[in-house]
Amino acid sequence: MSTQTLEKSEAVNLIREKAKMSRLETIRLISYAKSGHYGSSFSCSEIFATLYYYQLNYDSKNPKWAERDRFVMGKGHSAVGVYPILADVGFFPKEELDTYTSLGSPFGDHPDMNKIKGIDFSSGSIGHGLSVGVGMSLGARVDGLKYRTYILMGDGELQEGQVWEAAMSAGNFKLGNLVAIVDNNKVTVDGVTKELMNVNPIKEKWESFGWNVVEVDGHDVEALIDTFDNLPNVDSKTPTVIICDTVAGKGVSFMEHGFEWHVANLGEDDIKRAIAEIEGGK
Amino acid sequence: MTTQTFHKDTWELFKSLELSKQLTTGETLAKLGHEHPEIVALCADLGYPTRLADFGEKFPDRFFDFGLAEKNMVTAAAGLASTGKKAYVSTYASFLGVLCAEQIRTAVAYPNLNVRLIGTHTGIAMGFYGTSHHATEDIAITRSMANMTVISPADGVALSEMIEESVKTYEGPIYFRVSRGRETPIYENNSSNIQNKIGKANVVREGSDITIIACGIEVKQALEAAELLERENISTRVIDMHTIKPIDQEIIFNSAKNTGAILTVEEHNVQGGLGSAVAEVLMESGNFCKFKRHGIYDEYSIIGKPYYLYHHYKLDGEGIADEAKTLLNQS
Repeated sequence: MSTQTLEKSEAVNLIREKAKMSRLETIRLISYAKSGHYGSSFSCSEIFATLYYYQLNYDSKNPKWAERDRFVMGKGHSAVGVYPILADVGFFPKEELDTYTSLGSPFGDHPDMNKIKGIDFSSGSIGHGLSVGVGMSLGARVDGLKYRTYILMGDGELQEGQVWEAAMSAGNFKLGNLVAIVDNNKVTVDGVTKELMNVNPIKEKWESFGWNVVEVDGHDVEALIDTFDNLPNVDSKTPTVIICDTVAGKGVSFMEHGFEWHVANLGEDDIKRAIAEIEGGK
Repeated sequence: MTTQTFHKDTWELFKSLELSKQLTTGETLAKLGHEHPEIVALCADLGYPTRLADFGEKFPDRFFDFGLAEKNMVTAAAGLASTGKKAYVSTYASFLGVLCAEQIRTAVAYPNLNVRLIGTHTGIAMGFYGTSHHATEDIAITRSMANMTVISPADGVALSEMIEESVKTYEGPIYFRVSRGRETPIYENNSSNIQNKIGKANVVREGSDITIIACGIEVKQALEAAELLERENISTRVIDMHTIKPIDQEIIFNSAKNTGAILTVEEHNVQGGLGSAVAEVLMESGNFCKFKRHGIYDEYSIIGKPYYLYHHYKLDGEGIADEAKTLLNQS
């Protein structure tokens, strides 16, 4: 369900609606589980929607299509925000989401590639994603295929040393078909990233490993579209990182910026407030 | 040993890379590379010591040296495997099965991908290079991972045969545990028959008084022990249990019944390795017999030149024969 054929304003409006849908579904699904990652999913809602309704090349009726773009969440705990989109674009019926977190369900807090159509790699151990992406990008090169691999990471994830092993290798192997997306929401489980274990400056770190660095407002759909439109050619020799300035808990005023909502459980009244705010688009 | 340049005490070679002849992964993959475009190989600045570079020299576009970044290498191998490749990863066992345990579990075994890990220089073969370079835990670590096949070949022919099987027919993640490539071979080179098949143990010597079940280079040492025991009229059956998981249960039952005593031998901690795997099979089957696990007894191995080190730990023919007699003399 690509919006690439639409007028830009129409595409932007549709993607915004889908981001809203992802947030509302996240609240519904977490209400089944009684605990989940609201804050770190809401910070990527526009990123998810822009990827699946604009940028990614895939076929939901042929999930293993060899030439599809790959999308891997290093921060697998945002999967609850992606599952509703995968259902909406046709990878599986929406009703299957109702099993979310129940015994034996394919849908858990972290995604499983062997159980969920549309998930390109299982994740959950923070810091693996970019290495997986390096392997997928090398695989595309070996096969002479032109797809891109997109890897989403949190800013907290950048504290993992393996990320920088992977960044070094992507620069070294000149993987122009690899795109890293940093959801820079500035909080982790225990607190504010900058205070807890400072990873700044982020931009200069990537540049020093030989990456093309783009900075963008991660909630501005129009800007995200422009960024994706201007990616270097897939045959270029430089991997690209898109550092997205985002807000943890975006869309629900009492959650925004708060690390306390990284994993949480909303009470009934708070669910009503949150839904009203998301539907109102505040 | 067969070469004049090999020093039997130190295991050092005058030209150190030239004679690691039993490290056959790279040459086997190179032989199969044209017919199997799905083969890719990854190393971490040890392409020559592991001899994975033999593949890289023929197929440079499918060979990737990750430098000293093993965790990234293993996880990238998983990414490659997800695109349909069979990814062969080789570095020293202490930096693979031990260092990368989490990446192997989460990125390779859990998604059940065709990543083949070849941990070389395992056990105590690194001698005086240090306990950090010994790997006496890698069987236990990888054996506890679901989906994982664990193989400890006795020599280069065995490694080559099972690498070839893993390319052509075998599916899923595999951990190969091999030595430094300087050991004396036991299988016939250029044989027209396949001598090693994944999951099927080999009886390499028949006997009736005791069975020694060994893996890796300890198979050769067990054969030497059997020779020594023969002189004392003890008839020894020797089994090469190259595949530790899934283990060949039938041959264990059969040996317990027909010889009445089993000694397991491995250059690995006795906790969790080959001996533990055999013990589990015996206990759960009710086929009881005299039994002992021989190996490294839950300690960090000391250093020394390999010849003396294997002797110290009674992992040479003489030491194993001694252990066998002690077991047989138990009331």
